[in-house]
Amino acid sequence: MTKEERLKKRHRAEKRFRFYGLTSIFVALLFVVILVQNIFSKGSSAFKKTVITTEVFFDQELLEIQNGASQEEIMEADFYDIMIENLIKAYPAKDRDEEDELLKLFSGDSEIEIKKAFLNDNNLIGKTITLDLTASDDIDQLHKGNYPRDLPEERRRISDFQLVIYDYFVENKKISKNFNNYFFNNGDSRDPELAGIGGALVGSFYSILICLLLAFPVAVLASIYLEEFAPKNKITDFIEININNLAAVPSIVYGLLALQILLATIQLPRSTPLVAGITLALMTLPRIIIPCRASLKAVPPSIREGALAVGASKFQSVFHHVVPLALPGTLSGTIIGLAQALGETAPLILIGMVAFVVDIPSSPVDPSSSLPVQVYLWSESAERGFVEKTSATIMMLLSFLIVMNFIAVYLRQKFEKRWN
Amino acid sequence: MNIVLIFLITIFSISLFFYGKSKTKTISIKDNIKLNALPKFYGYYLVLWCSIPALVFLLVWSLFEPVIIKSIIIETAANQGAIFSDKNEANLIYEKIKAIHLGTYFGDIDSILRESALAYAKFINLFTNSKVVLIFGIIIASVIYSLKKIKNNNKARDDVEVILKGLLFVSSLIAILTTLGIIFSLLFESIKFFSVINVFDYLFGTNWSPQRAFVRDASSITAAEFEELKDAFGFIPLIAGTSFIAFIAMLVAVPIGLFSGIYMAEYASIKVRRISKPIIEILAGIPTVVYGFFAALTVGPFFRQVGENLGLTVSSESALAAGLIMGIMIIPYVSSLSDDVINSVPQSLRDGSYAVGATKSETIKQVVIPAALPGIIGSVLLAVSRAIGETMIVVMAAGLAANLTINPLESTTTITTQIVMILVGDQEFDSPKTQSAFALGLTLFIATLILNYIAQRAVKKYREKYD
Repeated sequence: MTKEERLKKRHRAEKRFRFYGLTSIFVALLFVVILVQNIFSKGSSAFKKTVITTEVFFDQELLEIQNGASQEEIMEADFYDIMIENLIKAYPAKDRDEEDELLKLFSGDSEIEIKKAFLNDNNLIGKTITLDLTASDDIDQLHKGNYPRDLPEERRRISDFQLVIYDYFVENKKISKNFNNYFFNNGDSRDPELAGIGGALVGSFYSILICLLLAFPVAVLASIYLEEFAPKNKITDFIEININNLAAVPSIVYGLLALQILLATIQLPRSTPLVAGITLALMTLPRIIIPCRASLKAVPPSIREGALAVGASKFQSVFHHVVPLALPGTLSGTIIGLAQALGETAPLILIGMVAFVVDIPSSPVDPSSSLPVQVYLWSESAERGFVEKTSATIMMLLSFLIVMNFIAVYLRQKFEKRWN
Repeated sequence: MNIVLIFLITIFSISLFFYGKSKTKTISIKDNIKLNALPKFYGYYLVLWCSIPALVFLLVWSLFEPVIIKSIIIETAANQGAIFSDKNEANLIYEKIKAIHLGTYFGDIDSILRESALAYAKFINLFTNSKVVLIFGIIIASVIYSLKKIKNNNKARDDVEVILKGLLFVSSLIAILTTLGIIFSLLFESIKFFSVINVFDYLFGTNWSPQRAFVRDASSITAAEFEELKDAFGFIPLIAGTSFIAFIAMLVAVPIGLFSGIYMAEYASIKVRRISKPIIEILAGIPTVVYGFFAALTVGPFFRQVGENLGLTVSSESALAAGLIMGIMIIPYVSSLSDDVINSVPQSLRDGSYAVGATKSETIKQVVIPAALPGIIGSVLLAVSRAIGETMIVVMAAGLAANLTINPLESTTTITTQIVMILVGDQEFDSPKTQSAFALGLTLFIATLILNYIAQRAVKKYREKYD
């Protein structure tokens, strides 16, 4: 091999090596794109729900209340017969079987929806109004085009007759898509069309709030101690080793800790945001301490010495000068730690947040779910409608995380001083 | 009640602050003495003495009150003649008694329950009253003590700083308490587990099927049941599955992560680096449950479809899908750390290499990487410990049955999956099955601890070399 050939070979190797590097970055970026695209394409349809426009006639004979009835009377009244009478008029069905199939096209909450309309206006008896009633999950998925209708009937959840009704609805423009308020307001449900993330949102909010209230002050105080006051001795070293190790302990171990200490020993109530918040706080603590210490360390010694020189005590130099300067970095570290806690699932599963909770929690000691746990729960469900719900929940979760990370980056760039 | 107490303590502290401030001021003017600190520090001093002992007492009391009341009530119920065979039934009776007391119980109430509910009400009352009395006692004692100090014109600022420093120290001790809590809670149940199952049967058994352990009471096992139990808890399939999935993950993450790290550190312009680095780090910020969902609903079925087309049988919960997705999740851990490590290799080493005519890639391969190797190995080990501790991806995308296999297309299970599967939903207390989850947790904890220790040592040694 001549010199020139060898040089060419070496240059080719150089190019190849560079190409590998570029390809890996490209592959990693591609994964991000595929993942996000996949979630968005599956989930965006969940923000709309299919409704069937139905005429509802409030027949006095079928209702035991009068016009102008009070709230309690309406709440207790039975609207079941009104619902049945009106829904079967939506399509000219021939017999009971056909009527049953027709009724199955509406969601399980039709009675409540009609009742709500009456609650808004209690003078409706004897009148007819048009209502947008939520359609059942199957019709919803069919209308959104997520459901193949060319399967043979026995492999479909929708019968041929129901398809005929559906086509009739479409032809008469009785079916349309509305904003899915249930998705944001409702708690969990066995019916995908009624299931929402309201409960999970509140549960996550309480958990993160408790986590913040517990972890932030302790983390800041601990990092101030370690960075500014701790003497160089065995105890300090031991604390530092502990913090570094805790940051790397798998999250599920914190779940076991919570199960044994918080639930079995102290007997805090299961499945509640309180326990979730404490667990997440323990988990997040070392992850906040590390950036907090870094930002305290970044404040140059001249600041401390300046304060000491004009007669401040050690405490005053730290709390009046060093801590305010380190605050932006501290806050952004905390927000990033909280963002991680918001997406954490495994420890919450162990403390029983996988329980099926329909009600929206009104306090941190009510059983509740949380956003990531809701993703896990719904992804285990077989119904097709839950796939889009899961993806939409992930979209919500990711948007919260993006917002939190942006705030963290903004805080750091806007307020952090650069010392050069 | 606690909220009222906290409110009272706050009001007390605030008024003491103003009292201390003005009192010292008037004393100094009246007696014409020089105070040893600014008046406000005397206020702070009183506040700290009034609030901290009382709040600490309240916290400790609230932690232990329910546990103590529960054990007393269960004992009284047993004395009344209530019959329960295990902890679960005792808990149920206790919940009933509590519900009767709160008036939210609508079942039949027999005399035992009624008597116990009355006893419960009595104890709750007693505990609350003594709590209030004790708290006020503590407040009065500490306020008297601190007022005396103030009267003697103590160095209030120094004293306040000593107390606050103590507070800072206690905050940093929480980390040690957490570690102790983890070790205690894992060991406690694990010891119970290993008193039934031999450690060696656990560590070297090749069969994992905890669902066979239906024994409720560990102390009364027949010989036949014991034989059955003996080989229901073999750890080998789990560690094999865990390592196998982690291995697949590393096959994805190490090359991609390392090459991206090298490219970012050595080739990329500042602009490319500024854009691509945060985007790759998004991968580390995405919650793992999202990856799990993606793996279970998209990647798993996709692999099965591809396999079918190729004539292969691929399980929809294949180790390959879980490992691949886990690998993607880990890419940024490897790339960021190796980027840092490569960046801290001194420029003089590169310059020396260029001076003798090496190309850039030759320099990287023969000078930079060997120099950075300990750090890179450290970052890979950290990534491995992430992989074996990762839970949601494997819970959702890997299998549940413990198969000993090295075929990536079949399903395997992992340590973390089994912990979740055992502990999700209702658990039977004191059954070896529940305890085995804690034994698994202990094993996982120790394994990650060792990996992290080695990794941190490696990175530290490396840093020291070039600092």
